[in-house]
Amino acid sequence: MGITFRKETFRDDFTFKNSPEHIRRFPFPFNEDAYMYAVNIEPHVVGPKGSVLENLIDVDEHYVAEMQDRALVLAEDPLRCQSLPHMTLAGWDLLELLMEQQALGYPEHFTLERNGDRWRWINRPLGIDDTFTFGDVSTLPYGPMEYITRQSQGDFCILDQRDGNLWMDAGMVTTQADWSLDFDIGMNFFEWHAPVPLAHEKGIFTRALKFLTNIQQGKPARRLNWTMTVNPRLDTSPENYHKWGPDRATVTPENVGDKVHLRVELQSFWRLPRSNGIVFPIRCYLIKMDELVTQPKWARRLHRVIRDLPEELATYKGLTRYRPTLVEWLSKLDDDGPTSPGFGPD
Amino acid sequence: MTAKTIISRPIYGTLSPQPGKHHLFIADAEGALAITDMAGKAPPGFFDGAEIVFIPDPEGKHISALEALEPAQLHLPPSFASLLPRLRQTLTNAHMGLRLYLAGTEGLIGQAMQAALEAGVDHTSIETEHRGSLARRMQCVHCKGITENVTTQPAACSHCGLLLLVRDHYSRRLAAFQGVCINAEDRSEIPPMEEAFP
Amino acid sequence: MSTGTTKLDVVVSDVVPVNDLVTRFHFRRRDGELLPTFSGGAHVVVEMRDGDRTRLNPYSLMGSPLDTREYTISIRRDDVGRGGSLFMHRQVKPGLEMVISYPVNLFSLDLRARKHLMLAGGIGITPFMAQTAQLAGAGGNFELHYTCRTASLGTYADVLRERHGNRVRLYHDDREERIDLERLLSSQPLGTHLYVCGPAGMINWVRARAASLGWPPETVHFEHFAAPQPGAPFDVELAVSGKTIRVGEQQSLLEAIEAAGVDPPYLCRGGVCGQCETNVISSDGKFIHNDHWLSEEDHRSGCKIMPCVSRFEGKSLVLER
Repeated sequence: MGITFRKETFRDDFTFKNSPEHIRRFPFPFNEDAYMYAVNIEPHVVGPKGSVLENLIDVDEHYVAEMQDRALVLAEDPLRCQSLPHMTLAGWDLLELLMEQQALGYPEHFTLERNGDRWRWINRPLGIDDTFTFGDVSTLPYGPMEYITRQSQGDFCILDQRDGNLWMDAGMVTTQADWSLDFDIGMNFFEWHAPVPLAHEKGIFTRALKFLTNIQQGKPARRLNWTMTVNPRLDTSPENYHKWGPDRATVTPENVGDKVHLRVELQSFWRLPRSNGIVFPIRCYLIKMDELVTQPKWARRLHRVIRDLPEELATYKGLTRYRPTLVEWLSKLDDDGPTSPGFGPD
Repeated sequence: MTAKTIISRPIYGTLSPQPGKHHLFIADAEGALAITDMAGKAPPGFFDGAEIVFIPDPEGKHISALEALEPAQLHLPPSFASLLPRLRQTLTNAHMGLRLYLAGTEGLIGQAMQAALEAGVDHTSIETEHRGSLARRMQCVHCKGITENVTTQPAACSHCGLLLLVRDHYSRRLAAFQGVCINAEDRSEIPPMEEAFP
Repeated sequence: MSTGTTKLDVVVSDVVPVNDLVTRFHFRRRDGELLPTFSGGAHVVVEMRDGDRTRLNPYSLMGSPLDTREYTISIRRDDVGRGGSLFMHRQVKPGLEMVISYPVNLFSLDLRARKHLMLAGGIGITPFMAQTAQLAGAGGNFELHYTCRTASLGTYADVLRERHGNRVRLYHDDREERIDLERLLSSQPLGTHLYVCGPAGMINWVRARAASLGWPPETVHFEHFAAPQPGAPFDVELAVSGKTIRVGEQQSLLEAIEAAGVDPPYLCRGGVCGQCETNVISSDGKFIHNDHWLSEEDHRSGCKIMPCVSRFEGKSLVLER
């Protein structure tokens, strides 16, 4: 039967919405009533039916609209997709991974036919039917990474592994939480995380790097990260900060429920077989406050998390300007009742 | 020296002689003194296989001190831009065993390193020493233009005019610090501009 | 058994003697599917069930990474080792069902290199078989210098010459042919990366010469899986699990720990990957370190040991396991 893809926008008139089923499957990131930065990495294995983990590469009702938004971003700023010259092989690795996973999880929408290195890829939602030679860049309209990530939800960073570190040497980044691929490309794991507060001192990145450099083929891992965004805007890049930054000053007690969105990143980590690199898909899920608070447990918990968030983290996540308004609004939905353990709604 | 702030902020050391067949020094301004200081620690004959490229100030200060080291070659280009074609050619024809030493202003070190990275040299193998001005090269994250010799915080982008916070976040590939609009959320907020990188 | 990789159920599809010392083994998946793709330089850990004893040894994959119908490894017979190679040579026949690990690469090509300069000694040729196949298929710039004892023991020298022509140079010990290392290392274009695989003495010689000629450490890559050495038996106390074990003469410390039901993680079992690194709580005696993972300082400190390849002689040893 397949997914019904929504017609919606992530800019201008912001018609983005979640269907009731998608509200229920939203990957709420807090399993207790407080938040602190942590290496919350776990094996990326298939989860319950009807959750965002039903397939290891998730495709949802926003797929077509997100791909259209990505095309608009790239037309305006092609630097959002870059690959250093030695990363082409890793791009082919990623193309194989995403085609295989999407065809496996959603056979009604995607089909991959492999005949030696002659491959045929059918993407029905986007109306694509291409035959190409795997490994031959001249048989695709874009490089392999750009080709497949124009057809896959989420941002993608491809990391080269050498000298005991990971180097961000390629990526497709159009839905990022305020970091610039064009600036960070070529940096190592510690350098591109340099602006994150509090975590370096706790040795979090040293431990995370050790874990990530040991990720093995066939054993991907994942973690959740979160921030908040005013308006359902996917492209909250630093490049356009001067265009979306003013949104943060537009939050009022009347429009919080519609304007403020929780933005959750499902980050997964996969060893790539030919290049020995690591790919780091960052899948972004948005939910507006009005939708989120339809689950009373989430409303209570989010209130407590945002209210008690350390100041440095609130600043880093860009909440400072509208946090009081948001906390005031959420407090009315928090009856001080208990919240059950775990992420899911009651 | 500048205070250590975040991990992407480059850390410069003190030049020291490395094992190698050839040695290429690139310096500007007070960077010449880093080379003459290092010369004291170098083994005899070290400069027989060395080329020194020095961008002097208008008074030609330090040139004679470098001449006194008797390097195999001493080249005195008037600017980094005028040096670049020759540097690229040198690196293209070079062999493994060439070692690089960069000394002087941050802009010079960053741009010479950028050329070396493009030639396949790993940044960790390059000796660097910062001397002289703390002025920064800054990339405007919005319009991508590079502004040279930024000394204030915040600073105006010389291309698009936005008022930018000069971050410590640094890109070797661009040889620049990142500048991000400081009053994006409310353009009417104009923070005072202060001398920060003399 | 705990490990960082998943396992593959395979069947031995062919066993081919290559010369007096070396035999090649071919593996296919038992379910008939394709094997996982790998990158040149990767190895697998082969489980050898020999009666009630299990040995786990790492071997480089030597086939083309483009062909995943089968994996191939080549094993040199070692008549004085702990018996893994003899087991493979004598007991393993086509049709035997075996278990191997997923491929792991601890000797990866640096794909930024303007040129790849490879130096092989003896059976150290195997990872370069896969790496040259990978690079040749992608138009990569490489040169392989291969030293062997005699032409008849020059495993795959003929195959490599046929595939890659003059990009492969051979040196035979019995003909007194030697690599002019100084000249070779001084004539490489800037941006070259160097890869060495062979006996420990050769690796040390090349690394030292490269360093003195100004090759930065990031440009010099080497792989030498140490084989666990036999030695006098010794007793060890495992503080965390509260067990005391004896390490037999032909057993490695890691194998003895596993036999007691404690499973440290591992990827290579050859002193390279660092996974099984173990803290020493107390010791009275002498460590025999054989790994390439810990620093010299770590070795001197007596605070850490790599149980896959290192041993101990003395009165008492307590480990944090």
